[in-house]
Amino acid sequence: MSRRGFLGVAAAAIGGVMLAPGIQLIEIAQAAAGSGPTPGANPKVRWGMLIDTTKCEPGCNDCVTACNTENGLDPKPTPTSSQWIRKVEIKEIRTGRASSVPVMCQHCAEPPCVDVCPTGASFKRADGIVLVDRHTCIGCRYCVMACPYKARSFVHEPLTEQVPDVPRGKGCVESCTLCVHRIDKGEKTTACAEACSKAGHGAIVFGDLNDPDSEISRRVREIQTTQLRADLKLDPGVRYHGI
Amino acid sequence: MLQRLLMLGLLTAGLAHGGEAPGRTPRPVVEPATAGTQCVAPPEVMRRNHMDFLKHQRDDTVHGGIRGAKFSLKACIDCHANQKTQSVAQEATNFCVSCHAYAAVKIDCFECHTSKARTVAQGAPK
Repeated sequence: MSRRGFLGVAAAAIGGVMLAPGIQLIEIAQAAAGSGPTPGANPKVRWGMLIDTTKCEPGCNDCVTACNTENGLDPKPTPTSSQWIRKVEIKEIRTGRASSVPVMCQHCAEPPCVDVCPTGASFKRADGIVLVDRHTCIGCRYCVMACPYKARSFVHEPLTEQVPDVPRGKGCVESCTLCVHRIDKGEKTTACAEACSKAGHGAIVFGDLNDPDSEISRRVREIQTTQLRADLKLDPGVRYHGI
Repeated sequence: MLQRLLMLGLLTAGLAHGGEAPGRTPRPVVEPATAGTQCVAPPEVMRRNHMDFLKHQRDDTVHGGIRGAKFSLKACIDCHANQKTQSVAQEATNFCVSCHAYAAVKIDCFECHTSKARTVAQGAPK
């Protein structure tokens, strides 16, 4: 046997189950199981939410609890804990009309947090979801200051026991991700919207604002909706009815 | 030819007993992966290039939303987590830590990512 031939055989033996150059048994197994990579963010989609405050129950906290569970946030929040969604009780003093409003990252089309980020960690995905890349976030908290919705939180303490799908850590800013780990896998709802429907309120509708046949598009066509601080012209993806 | 075979044999034996090789510094003991699993690339490729694979894919995942591609940290952890601790980084002998301590390279991954396999980590699908 020539030297080259011997080395070839030895390499094949060491390299394990190599079926053809570059193809390993595991890749065939993955392809057969249909567990290949997901297609990724679709630029034709604009994910958004419609919050019907006339259906939102004052005192109900199910969306906040569901968010905390889904993303591994502090189940018993302290004043310095991260908060991705919060319930705001508003009341018009002159008339006494009160409503309960869940507020989270509004996933703006023109996000100020992205404008001010010095490292490019704060970014908007092709499908309109505004995220923080924790690999590049330096924790300067400029975005926390820039956000008119107070949607962002800073992680002050070291964390353990994170959810595998939602890595989080000390020294980074974070906010609502529109349950991006669910959406990427093809799921059609977020943890908060799911919990709201389960509680029987159905005040949160999640969907694609660009798809004219989606439930959210149909609803925003039919009922009057408002964007919070519309005067800032940030074009948020979250719309409110009844405020 | 015979000489070469002998050399190769010696080399392989040296690698296999790397953990007990005499010297001033104890060599890392690489914990075996879960039985019946196969790595996405040969060990020598993974040892040299895993950081590049992971770094390249993390940008595709975070910015592009492409999940479940070939070089996934979660998939690494699932196979390489220690049977007892169910982690790759909890104890000094666990898969990631044993080599990184030897090479004196700090791993930042597990400050944000869980080091536990998906089956036991908090929030894992039941």
